[in-house]
Amino acid sequence: MTILLGLLIVILLAVVVVQVGKVSEIAAKIRGEEEVQDSINKRQGFLSLVFMIVFLLAVSISGVHYKDWYLGFGPHEAASEHGSAIDRMFNVTLLATGFVFVITHILLFYFAYKYSGSRKRKASYVPHDDKLEIVWTIVPAVVMAFLVISGLDTWNEVMADVKAGDDYMEIEAVGEQFGWTIRYPGADNALGERSYKMISGDNPIGQNWKDEKNLDDFHATEIVLPVGKRIRVRITSKDVLHNFYLPHFRVKMDAVPGMPTYFVFTPKKTTEEYRNELSNYKTYQQPADPNDPQGEQLWQRFDYELACAELCGKGHFSMKRIVKIVSEDEYKAWVEKQNSFYFSQVRGTANDPFADKWFPQEISERKANFSANLEAARAAAGVDAKTLRFEYVNFVTGSDKLTPVSQYELGFLVDALNQYPNMTIELAGHTDNTGDAAANQTLSEARAKSVYNFLVEKGIAPSRLRAVGYGQTRPIADNDTEDGRAKNRRTEFRILTQ
Amino acid sequence: MATMTTTTNLPATQHDEEVLIEQLGYDDHFHEHHHGDKYKSNFITTYIFSQDHKMIAKQFLITGMFWAIMGSLMSLVFRLQLGFPQESLTWLKPFLGKWIVVQNGVGSLSPEFYYALVTIHGTVLVFFVLTAGLSGTFSNLLIPLQVGARDMASPFLNMLSYWFFFLAGVVMFLSLFLSTGPFSGGWTAYPPLSILPQASTGSGAGMTLWAISLVLFVVSVLLGGINYITTVLNLRTKGMTMWRLPLTIWAFFITAIIGLLSFPVLVSAFLLVIFDRTFGTSFFLSEIFIGGQALEHVGGSPVLYQHLFWFLGHPEVYIIILPAMGLVSEVLSVHSRKPIFGYKAMVFSMLAIAFLSFIVWAHHMFMSGVNPFISNFFVIFTLIIAVPSAVKVFNWISTLYRGNIRFNAASLFAIGFVSLFISGGLTGIFLGNSAIDIQLHDTYFVVAHFHIVMGVAAFFGMFAGIYHWFPKMYGRFMNETMGKIHFWGTLIGAYAIFWPMHYTGMAGVPRRYYAFDTFETFRHFTELNQFITVAAIVTFTFQLVFVINFFYSIWNGKKLTVKNPWGASTLEWTTPIHTGHGNWEGKIPAVQRWPYDYGKNGREFIPQYEPLGQGERDGGH
Repeated sequence: MTILLGLLIVILLAVVVVQVGKVSEIAAKIRGEEEVQDSINKRQGFLSLVFMIVFLLAVSISGVHYKDWYLGFGPHEAASEHGSAIDRMFNVTLLATGFVFVITHILLFYFAYKYSGSRKRKASYVPHDDKLEIVWTIVPAVVMAFLVISGLDTWNEVMADVKAGDDYMEIEAVGEQFGWTIRYPGADNALGERSYKMISGDNPIGQNWKDEKNLDDFHATEIVLPVGKRIRVRITSKDVLHNFYLPHFRVKMDAVPGMPTYFVFTPKKTTEEYRNELSNYKTYQQPADPNDPQGEQLWQRFDYELACAELCGKGHFSMKRIVKIVSEDEYKAWVEKQNSFYFSQVRGTANDPFADKWFPQEISERKANFSANLEAARAAAGVDAKTLRFEYVNFVTGSDKLTPVSQYELGFLVDALNQYPNMTIELAGHTDNTGDAAANQTLSEARAKSVYNFLVEKGIAPSRLRAVGYGQTRPIADNDTEDGRAKNRRTEFRILTQ
Repeated sequence: MATMTTTTNLPATQHDEEVLIEQLGYDDHFHEHHHGDKYKSNFITTYIFSQDHKMIAKQFLITGMFWAIMGSLMSLVFRLQLGFPQESLTWLKPFLGKWIVVQNGVGSLSPEFYYALVTIHGTVLVFFVLTAGLSGTFSNLLIPLQVGARDMASPFLNMLSYWFFFLAGVVMFLSLFLSTGPFSGGWTAYPPLSILPQASTGSGAGMTLWAISLVLFVVSVLLGGINYITTVLNLRTKGMTMWRLPLTIWAFFITAIIGLLSFPVLVSAFLLVIFDRTFGTSFFLSEIFIGGQALEHVGGSPVLYQHLFWFLGHPEVYIIILPAMGLVSEVLSVHSRKPIFGYKAMVFSMLAIAFLSFIVWAHHMFMSGVNPFISNFFVIFTLIIAVPSAVKVFNWISTLYRGNIRFNAASLFAIGFVSLFISGGLTGIFLGNSAIDIQLHDTYFVVAHFHIVMGVAAFFGMFAGIYHWFPKMYGRFMNETMGKIHFWGTLIGAYAIFWPMHYTGMAGVPRRYYAFDTFETFRHFTELNQFITVAAIVTFTFQLVFVINFFYSIWNGKKLTVKNPWGASTLEWTTPIHTGHGNWEGKIPAVQRWPYDYGKNGREFIPQYEPLGQGERDGGH
């Protein structure tokens, strides 16, 4: 029904328009074509003049009304060092083109008005004027040359990559449908290798964990950067084209799968400073939440943002990350709180290529633990209290062969035995209750003996050591659960004399 | 002939014209060979599979109008979503079905379909309307008529050119009805998005049909282009030297050459896309992890596609604007009753623009990851284009200077064109400067720029042409009052739509965003976006005035009573009011002078077939 009604209205309107058109044709017939054309010329010429005035006024008024959004003005000032150069270039161009725009529009519509036709006048025969044409070829050429030179000067400075020896920090932005992964280089200030083939649920951007540069890299949910520091962003994509766009910093660069790009910039205003500047402008003095007029104002909630500026699919408009620029100290404090992706998500899992290796920090932490436990045992009394379980000593399944990683904890024991030359210990192997009891007994003895051999090899006198196997006879947990059985399979040492 | 000297103030009369053409014209024995109707036309060969360039021109025009309406309606739908995201679009459900998603009683456009509409809107307007509809219409209509030829060099290829265009349209139209939706990766179809159906549902069957449609379209452009070039070079009438060609013909000629050199590159890009999609090659794909798996493609480059695409894509904007420039030059001159100012400068500036258009393509790619050093060259060449463009603008303005301007819909649209070309051209100086482009690239500033300078401006050139040559096409005038309503509504409306986009663009709002509220930075323009949407709807209704006027006037417009209603000196106005296939009934007029002798020696105009007087110099000296 509504469609029918709408159609009816459209048809009626069409009839009206056609009738209006017809009336003027009939009028022309009555008054004579030429006379009518003269009055049309007069009217349309006048309308041209009116349009010129209204148009230039509308352009000026709206231009003033939206002045806050011009690059380099008011709240829309660049927050990066190179950004100000871009803003300057923009405004020089705006001046030059604005001048041309006004002059040509005045001439165009004024001439249309001034030379509107009449039967009484004749047009002048002016087919060309070489001098004039040379002038208006050369003048634009000179202006363009100026814009090209200053533009390219700015461009080459902005786009220059970092050189060896420069003081800068590199971060990486990886685009995907529809979000960003932000990677920081960690303490070594170097981003580790990546390969798209290694991407998986546990490894969102395909970091190669064999590359030790990856081990301290961390992923961040927000881009936090220290003010005044030169930043090189390495920009990549996992799937389709994206674009790393920081509007406030005048940073924009495509993220291309298979071809890393970069953008180098230096933030010059902290988020806090920028917020304070915004507080001076009406646009930002509105309440952030319209339902809570007394609440925080827009400028207090302001944050720099990262957006995508290359069509990447249906979620293109939603690829957002918050960007925070902070002082050097705040930045350091923030970095302290970040966890390396490797140590928090990969270490000790099946994907860890360094399962057999302990990193210095792990060694010192675990050694401190070991020493503390040993001291406690030395201070305590009773068989149980003097018995310590090896946490990191393991054997190849079903054999008495020590795994390589076992060397670290046994090393701690070697150090302790060297520190306390009078200490003697008993090394004991235990199994769970699965399989044949006699075989378990043999295995536990062999394993204790392996540890014994290791220590002897490291120069501990055999007289200070005793190796025994207890098989499955001394469980410390319930053998009916897998957890319990894991606890029962163990190697221990007991301090005999201190 | 002795009676006809240039010193006489009398305008050429009908009688003089017949005498002159009979005496001096070129006799190709057209009617001796073909008694009666040479072309043995029946309904089908006259109106459907016609080989008459004038009918083919009308076919291009009306098909172009269909696509213009389709494309504009699409833009209205996505503008409604952008301007009024809170308002329900449930009323569109009968048309758009599942693409309207209803949540809490509020229907909104689904993001997939939003991007599909944006994509098809761009594709259709750039290729089907402003390439085929503009250059297809007027090259066909005017080249044979203005150079003095009976038809195109190959009327048959010319007919094929239209039908390939028609087929391209059919395939594109069908893609709108796919269950996975039409292609939605932007009219530039950048891979990997356009290649991988995993990345976007529209990149499945939608992209297949889109690519097929455009390959068919390129065939159409090439068949047309070869014809235009051959006709201009070989079928000019006696005395029609290159320097006596009207600027329209120069424009169509140069346009056809650009098209012939650049469109095949686009096809090669599409072929490689099809290879990557279908045969597992890796021209544009490398190291992609999508849909939970790593693809095998290694070593390709998405940037390579962009080079190939923009090698056409940039010349394409001149393929669109040059014909409009030609039409405007002609219309301005005729209705100012003055020669076009600086005829040769106009030709040389078009040649310069055409040449430069081939070495500026990478200015679309400053931010795409190409080596920043390379951009230096593209900045230089891009900004140089401002020089010939400025020359053209100054020449148009000077054409009005001391003229005796006859205001009608045609001349108004020509003047409007100049205004739009200035406004949109000047913003190009910002974007062509790579340093500024860092901030403005892919923002609404770009949308404002190209819509004004090659979208609306080209439409204005087209409208000027339609109002001016409608009498030649249909033997009737279009209604002038409706034409003027159409003009003022469109001029004001178009500026109201696109001018505000400069502001949002400067504020950094990216184009191709389905919604602006995700980002604090981009959400400050709710009212402006509503304004733009309303302006778009209003401007669209003004186009309906044009459509009504057009079809009403075909059958009911004021009848033409003289051959040459505008007092124009070019040859098309020497043909009969109802021009048959073959254009001239007798001899083809021979050309004696350049086409812009308006107001010379006190005469209103001197037609091209009139010989030079004693001591008179040709070519506007």
